[in-house]
Amino acid sequence: MPYSEWKDNEYIESLVKELKDNGTNVIVGTLDNVINWGRSNSLWPLTFATSCCGIEFISLGAARYDMARFGWEVARASPRQADFMMVAGTIVHRMAPVVRRLYDQLAEPKYVIACGGCAISGGPFKNSYHVVKGVEEIIPVDVYVPGCPPRPEAMIYGIMQLSRKVKVEKFFGGVNRQEKRAEFLAAHPEEDLNNNN
Amino acid sequence: MYDLSKGADWLNQWLNGFCAPWLTVVIECVLIGVVLLLAYALLALFYIYFERKVCAAFQCRLGPNRVGPAGIFQSVADMFKILIKELISLKYTDKFLFALAPYLVIIASMLCFAVLPWGNGLQVIDFNIGIFFLVAVSSIGVLGILLAGWSSNNKFTLIGALRSGAQMISYELSIGLSVITMVAFAGSMSITDICMAQKDMWFIVSGHIPAIIAFIIYIIAGTAETNRGPFDLPEAESELTAGYHTEYSGIHFGFFYLAEYLNLFIVAGVASLLFFGGWMPLHIPGWDAFNHVMDYIPSVIWFIAKAVVLSFVIIWFKWTFPRLRIDQLLSLEWKYLLPINLANLVLMVIVICYGLHF
Amino acid sequence: MANVKEKIASLFPDAVFEDGEWLTVSISDSKWHSLAKTLKEDPELHFDYLVALIGMDWTETLGCMYYFTSTVHDTHVSVKVATDDRENPMLHSISDLWAVANLYEREVYDYFGIKFINHPDMRRLFLRNDWVGYPLRKDYDDSPNINPVRLDHEAVEDTTVSYVEEPDGSIVKKELTIFKPEDFVVNIGPQHPATHGVLRFRTAVDGETIKKIDLYLGYIHRGIEKLGEGLGYPQNLHFTDRLDYLSAQQNRHCLCLCIEKALGIEVPRRAQVIRVLMDELMRISSHLLFMGTFCMDLGATTMLFYTLRERETILNIFEKTCGARMTFNYNCIGGVMEDLDADFVKDVKHLLEIMPKAIKEYNTVFTGNVIAHNRMVGVGKLSKDDAISYGVTGPAGRASGWACDVRKTTPYGIYNELEFDEVVLEEGDCMARFIARVEEIKQSCRIIEQLIDKIPEGDICAKVPKVIKLPEGHWFQQVEASRGAFGVYIESRGANTPWRVKYNSPCMNLAGVVDHITRGGKIADLITIGGTLDYVVPDIDR
Repeated sequence: MPYSEWKDNEYIESLVKELKDNGTNVIVGTLDNVINWGRSNSLWPLTFATSCCGIEFISLGAARYDMARFGWEVARASPRQADFMMVAGTIVHRMAPVVRRLYDQLAEPKYVIACGGCAISGGPFKNSYHVVKGVEEIIPVDVYVPGCPPRPEAMIYGIMQLSRKVKVEKFFGGVNRQEKRAEFLAAHPEEDLNNNN
Repeated sequence: MYDLSKGADWLNQWLNGFCAPWLTVVIECVLIGVVLLLAYALLALFYIYFERKVCAAFQCRLGPNRVGPAGIFQSVADMFKILIKELISLKYTDKFLFALAPYLVIIASMLCFAVLPWGNGLQVIDFNIGIFFLVAVSSIGVLGILLAGWSSNNKFTLIGALRSGAQMISYELSIGLSVITMVAFAGSMSITDICMAQKDMWFIVSGHIPAIIAFIIYIIAGTAETNRGPFDLPEAESELTAGYHTEYSGIHFGFFYLAEYLNLFIVAGVASLLFFGGWMPLHIPGWDAFNHVMDYIPSVIWFIAKAVVLSFVIIWFKWTFPRLRIDQLLSLEWKYLLPINLANLVLMVIVICYGLHF
Repeated sequence: MANVKEKIASLFPDAVFEDGEWLTVSISDSKWHSLAKTLKEDPELHFDYLVALIGMDWTETLGCMYYFTSTVHDTHVSVKVATDDRENPMLHSISDLWAVANLYEREVYDYFGIKFINHPDMRRLFLRNDWVGYPLRKDYDDSPNINPVRLDHEAVEDTTVSYVEEPDGSIVKKELTIFKPEDFVVNIGPQHPATHGVLRFRTAVDGETIKKIDLYLGYIHRGIEKLGEGLGYPQNLHFTDRLDYLSAQQNRHCLCLCIEKALGIEVPRRAQVIRVLMDELMRISSHLLFMGTFCMDLGATTMLFYTLRERETILNIFEKTCGARMTFNYNCIGGVMEDLDADFVKDVKHLLEIMPKAIKEYNTVFTGNVIAHNRMVGVGKLSKDDAISYGVTGPAGRASGWACDVRKTTPYGIYNELEFDEVVLEEGDCMARFIARVEEIKQSCRIIEQLIDKIPEGDICAKVPKVIKLPEGHWFQQVEASRGAFGVYIESRGANTPWRVKYNSPCMNLAGVVDHITRGGKIADLITIGGTLDYVVPDIDR
């Protein structure tokens, strides 16, 4: 797909601009490119779904939408081996620490896609006593995919946006989302890490 | 048939011409190591891509097609990603054993590469007990898996490892016995001898009934040895998340992932050696012209093509059958495969003694 | 019904009766357990199926509504038990008589704080064990400061409490153990690929053999019932699509029926036919997804792609008419939202053509396979009596020999005019549950075939008032959803919002029976059994 058709995301364009303006060493830059090429083309999802969006995620893997075309079909059940988690469905109070633990268990570099109205804001259940009003209250989110549930096409678009975002990341040096995430995590501490079960 | 060992001899002499003998050995070892590692990595990349495409074809899908033409660079991208992925270190685990386990698994499959009949004269070591060595070193892998499961300090990995231990040790018997059946037929344990014995006709044809039975048992047990479906209990995704390698991330997981595919290649390679002549081209007695044409195809291609076709069959199993349960898995081995195998060995001995083969 | 009334009146003279759709008996708590015992064990009454247990807050009193059905005499009764102690409400448990009451009573405890005497396991069901307050009480304070989003993990407890009645009538709090210290407890879930969502089993295993399973729910508890009390009736409708998203049409149909029954609205014939068509299409698509995911759980991944191929055809039909692939919002009070798409008949006929071939293919690929056979036959046997006691309805119940299809027992809509067979099998194992679903796909196709050429012309929606207010009273309605009998209970006090709305989901009963039928099986059997029970977790947790 030509780049011009893709030039629709202001946030990523600003990242690209920053990257171009600052300039970089040839060797580091090339290495960065290679690494980012690998990372952006090899996004393995964590099999994680709580409700309706999960069924659409299955459809995304099935023959009609076939996410394998992009190399996303290696869905790992163990968070250690996955690259991004698609928070597909409502997150409730009881689930919140579990989601946070899953996020912490993901190996760097890790990304989060908030998929569907519930994960973005609580959706139709916003006023409930037991629903987390948006998954960004507990983990940092990279891409939001709206819908209830989002169509598989929307999910493909969302993951492609994530892939573009990964492409303009800096592996060596430079300020990027890594530091912002550290700030986020410092502001949302997990209370006890020693409770094993 | 072009004998590739001539090239190796020439290289040896050329190096000896200006190097001390010890230096020659060192240089040769390093060269072979580099070549093996390269072959290892390339084969693994190919196999990952191959399996993803094959499985997509079975499932009416397209499979990877965005990264590079027809998606051929998909597994390369995966490799770059996995190389620089974070290695998570865990609390409350045995760190040394935890780190050792993936290397044990990968070493086991690397050692097997040493004796595979890559081509005419293209072999790292030509033992007189080559096949025995192969069976022996391939069972180091189970040690790595057991260690991985135990040292992770996780109940899923522990169950996965114990399943794997029970499974691999049981099925090793079947592998061993079907190999012995063919060794008895060939009359030698040396890989080269086994290949040369199939000069006129592959064992699967000349050994007829016992050879076919041995082949079927071997391919079943081989699938179990590689922990692939329908025998993928140790890493049964729907039961144990990721089985024994649940806690491994980054390249450590990558090693397990690679070893799985390389073991697939080794199992298929050994099957092609024992039943389909290894690197030996297809020869039909009496058809001299045909045999001559076949000889023009390089032996390396023969070997790899046979291995790939056989691994296609094993991949086919995985995407067709549901998984067995642990008790069914063990009763299949101990109640069916093992007795059949023993009877088959006797049958083979009778066939050899009375010269009932072709 | 008169017979039931006389019988109860003769045995319990202080019971108060209220006639209605279901006979309602009010009784004091002190007599309640002996009445329950009579209802269950008296051969003339024989109310062996506890349909629903609904916790209630009538502001001055707290209590429960119980709905019983007799599978032998086909009679119905409901019982109302209340207590006016709001500080420490206690009622007698009936979990010793009906196994399904175990989970139901824990749910009531969680929502209303009613403690059940002699219940073996009085823990919270959906909410964290350190949650403050009882959310469905009318005086619950839902300010986020009291119960903030907490990132610390709950303490894992291996003990539970029980309130036991001593022979002298005093009530003693006792501590019981769930798992002994020497048990090897494996935690399966809430994030686990085979639990079909966020269900959590704490499983005590001996090697590979399962000794005991402790079920944890609430990881997707969205508080729909409480939300519904603050919203108008039409607004309530959209939650039903998100309960069991694979029975979206049937669930919504149920709530619509219940509201229409209360308002006395006559639904136009065309709308009724469309509703049945949509219900059956939904059932086929749900069973197809079941087959796919179940086979994937067993390791036969390829099957998923084959069944989803046909499911996409059905989703296309839905999408053309309803405009969505999953949450349709199609039924509305009085009929349906939109008329059928012009291609509907053509598309459905195409589907009917491909389905028999597709089922044949599935059977070749999977059902006939020897490994699949060994994994399913004789695994997870559920007897008919247990199925009734645990309230396991739907294909799972019918596979155990219990003819529990709501479409046959209490027909709604136009089901009594249609010809179809109720698939009842005797074996009760995983294979039977699998076969039952495959056969149900065929029966659904048969129903669609009968209707597709005879969709009458006419209105798609009856005239309903702009603001919908239900008269005072309570109503209960059941439909056959893809996974079993789905019930809706509405209690109204005349306002434009319900006083209490309760969704009685089939999946909760299915999850409740897992412990019973997996004991002694292997870990792999848990996956097979969970797969064939085919629960949808948001429907359990609501």
